[in-house]
Amino acid sequence: MTANLNIVGLTREVYKGLPTTLCAGCGHNSITNHLIKALYEYGVEPHKLAKMSGIGCSSKTPAYFVEQAHGFNGLHGRMPSAATGAKLANRELLVLGISGDGDTASIGLGQYCHMIRRNLDCTYIVENNGCYGLTKGQFSATADIGSTLKGGKANEYATIDICGLAIELGATFVARSFSGDGKQLVPLLQAAFSHRGTAILDVISPCVTFNDHEGSTKSYAYVKDHDVVLHTADYIAGGREINVDYEPGTVRDVELEDGSHVLLRKVDMDYNPADAINALRTIHETRDRGEFVTGLLFIDTKERDLCEREHLARTPLAQLDEEVLRIDRDEWQRLMQP
Amino acid sequence: MPARAVNDFTIRVATVNGSGSQSSNLVLTNAIARLGIPVAPKNVFPSNIEGLPTWFDVRVSALGYQCRARDFDVLMALNPATWQQDVAGVKSGGVVVHEENYSVKGDTFREDLTYYAVPFAALAKEHFADKGDLRKYLTNMIYVGVLAHLLEVPASTVEESLSAQFRSKPKAVELNLTAINVGREYARQLEKHDPFHLVPMSGKTDGLMFMEGNRASALGCLMGGCTVAAWYPITPSSSLCEYFIQYCDRYRVDKESGERNVAIVQAEDELAAAGIVFGAGWAGARAMTSTSGPGISLMAEYAGFGYFAEVPGVIFDVQRAGPSTGLPTRTMQGDVSFAYTLSHGDTKHVVLLPATVTEAYEFAMEAFDLAERFQTPVFVLSDLDLGMNSWLTPPLHYPERPFDRGKVLAADDLASMKSWGRYRDVDKDGITYRTLPGTKHPGAGFFTRGTGHDEEARYSEMPEVWQRNLDRLVRKHETARTAVPSPVVDEKKGRKVAIIAYGTTHHAVVEARDFLLEAGVELNYMRVRALPLSPEVATFVKRHDRVYVVEQNRDGQLYGILRTELPTHLIGRLESIRHYNGVPIDARAIIDPLLEEERAPAVIAD
Repeated sequence: MTANLNIVGLTREVYKGLPTTLCAGCGHNSITNHLIKALYEYGVEPHKLAKMSGIGCSSKTPAYFVEQAHGFNGLHGRMPSAATGAKLANRELLVLGISGDGDTASIGLGQYCHMIRRNLDCTYIVENNGCYGLTKGQFSATADIGSTLKGGKANEYATIDICGLAIELGATFVARSFSGDGKQLVPLLQAAFSHRGTAILDVISPCVTFNDHEGSTKSYAYVKDHDVVLHTADYIAGGREINVDYEPGTVRDVELEDGSHVLLRKVDMDYNPADAINALRTIHETRDRGEFVTGLLFIDTKERDLCEREHLARTPLAQLDEEVLRIDRDEWQRLMQP
Repeated sequence: MPARAVNDFTIRVATVNGSGSQSSNLVLTNAIARLGIPVAPKNVFPSNIEGLPTWFDVRVSALGYQCRARDFDVLMALNPATWQQDVAGVKSGGVVVHEENYSVKGDTFREDLTYYAVPFAALAKEHFADKGDLRKYLTNMIYVGVLAHLLEVPASTVEESLSAQFRSKPKAVELNLTAINVGREYARQLEKHDPFHLVPMSGKTDGLMFMEGNRASALGCLMGGCTVAAWYPITPSSSLCEYFIQYCDRYRVDKESGERNVAIVQAEDELAAAGIVFGAGWAGARAMTSTSGPGISLMAEYAGFGYFAEVPGVIFDVQRAGPSTGLPTRTMQGDVSFAYTLSHGDTKHVVLLPATVTEAYEFAMEAFDLAERFQTPVFVLSDLDLGMNSWLTPPLHYPERPFDRGKVLAADDLASMKSWGRYRDVDKDGITYRTLPGTKHPGAGFFTRGTGHDEEARYSEMPEVWQRNLDRLVRKHETARTAVPSPVVDEKKGRKVAIIAYGTTHHAVVEARDFLLEAGVELNYMRVRALPLSPEVATFVKRHDRVYVVEQNRDGQLYGILRTELPTHLIGRLESIRHYNGVPIDARAIIDPLLEEERAPAVIAD
């Protein structure tokens, strides 16, 4: 195996997609690059990847990575349902959903909530820029109160906190990060792929065209000044030796369902991502200070995912034929007794 | 006493919703069928859990007519709230069996009726004082005993029917039998002085069974290989999914491991249900949702996506009166034109129109084949009458054909091909080849989006690419014309007038044609069973001077589709007959307007 092949024998090139058609400097493009790195290093087999999205700038990005994989660019806010169907049809797929803040927090809020409630096994990334890009800069529901539009108009309405809501709904993996922080985001993405259940990644991703001005709380400048980093993260694939030097008490080791680990190295405070109440408190307190907190906010590796709760067969449902699915003639005769 | 009426009359049971009359109604219905007499029950019920009036009509028809009869002859009156109205509706010469304490005077005393007063409440109190909540059910069983005696149904037949009804609860059989006998004993004191008789016959109900359309459709899903179902509860379609759940709990679970070969999700709304269906269809599973009109409104966006992205999915629409609330328990063929073009943009869907329980089963299976063959949403439009009423039907046949999974390329196929394009029309039938996620080949993947893709599934906004795609979808629609269930035609040469109908309207057409034949009006008949319309429809219309399009909606929805799609010179031959009061169509709803029209037929310019 040469140095540039990953564990499934593929080069990083394979994980690339078509050239982006988003604006130069868009946070989403950075996320795409982090995704390419994460998928390549993780060793996802392209044919097992299902790239799902709704509508919006964010939802275009599945075209920009792993061109070989199947992609599904569905309806605005309605990707979680399609992702649910795809996963139920073939549970061997690694379902990766890419959404935006309008797609998730407004038109798709219902489907977002119910995906979490069912604990659908998927990675769900919200590329969160606080505004609608394709329709030219209207506020989204994740805009902070007092944040202004390019023309100066201030948002009067409460923000919907995607992470806080997810925890409240019983989400089993909730992380927040910043498109400019690949060092933190890449291992969080890999941990999300390993997690069995819905993994929410709320990634603040500035819109350079409509929401990068003074007065915006989702601009590059603002985000860099107000990012409260809980921890840096390292992802250690299952079966590999954990060989990281750290002082006792500075790192939390979270073991994921597939035997992999994510190591969280604390920055300022000790943070326990298994404590949902503390996670909510941290989200509230940082938001009240005009800051936003990044890192693995909450994880629960014990809860069963949708396929387990439904006792789904190991063989993908899509592959079952009439031999398996039809009842036999004798039983049919019994059913048809007048 | 009027002339004997044997095996041809209708019994109406008027009760209060929630009083548990359903079992009694079915025991009576089943007992009549066991005498070899064809019978067609129609449940006319309110949108209510408890307290509102409900009626159950049992049409006894030696000729085997299965549509609703407009009038009823024998009233079993057990609801004081509708007592006056119920008596007013009895056909002259009819019978009223009623709770003894109902007052029979003024409007409720009609000289042309025979009355039998029975102290149902007192009898129940006397015999079942200690039975608590069961008493109301037992009161209803008393009525079965009374009617069985009056109509001369042997005790043994009623007992057989009861045992079949409570097959899994022997204890219930005993108690209910006691109640039936209480009724029968009381009825012995009544002197029968009415003309209605049930006389055993043979050759008409042999081997038949009762089944609701929704149960048959659920069996079609089971045998059609449905593995993903997503639904949002809605009357009158809920029982379709509930029956499917029952069958899957029995037949799709590995007894040892508990693993299931099916996933059924109760979704947050109908659009999510549709999303689950098309996500699953895209990933290769046979998926369905069942709903009614309001549900398909919400599903419109995914239906359009499925059409343009070309993803299989089956949508059962058990039609009801609509929209919104008010008449969710009343029937209608109200979604035909809506479902046919559901979505924005140019959309034409495949729509199947079952008329019978057999078709509710067969078309359900067929829908999965068609959805995968044509890679498109397929709608199955039944209605409350077919879906929720019990119909006497032959047992359903075991499917002999394997699934048609359509044009799916596996990794081996791809390995032997130079190249492929998701939307290339290789076979010139408008149907292209697809791959499923999970196919292990570097060329298998493609990017699925609604509009704006070229033959290689690449993003494109080029005008010629878009138009080419729309034209290919028309080609696919044309291919579907002869692949969907073809019309059923009953035609004699030389007849110049005809009927076109579809779905449950069929049963009223059968009776109306017989009646009109007696009246000297000979009618040919085409029953349309699917959209897109078969090419046979135009040739059928061409062979006639006048064609009456009969349906159960106000605006003549199929009539409208025919006017749009038939050659212009044939449109003038179409007449529209419509029934839209919420209860299933009866023969008179066809006979009366048709006779009136035929006395002075419209002038045809050819």
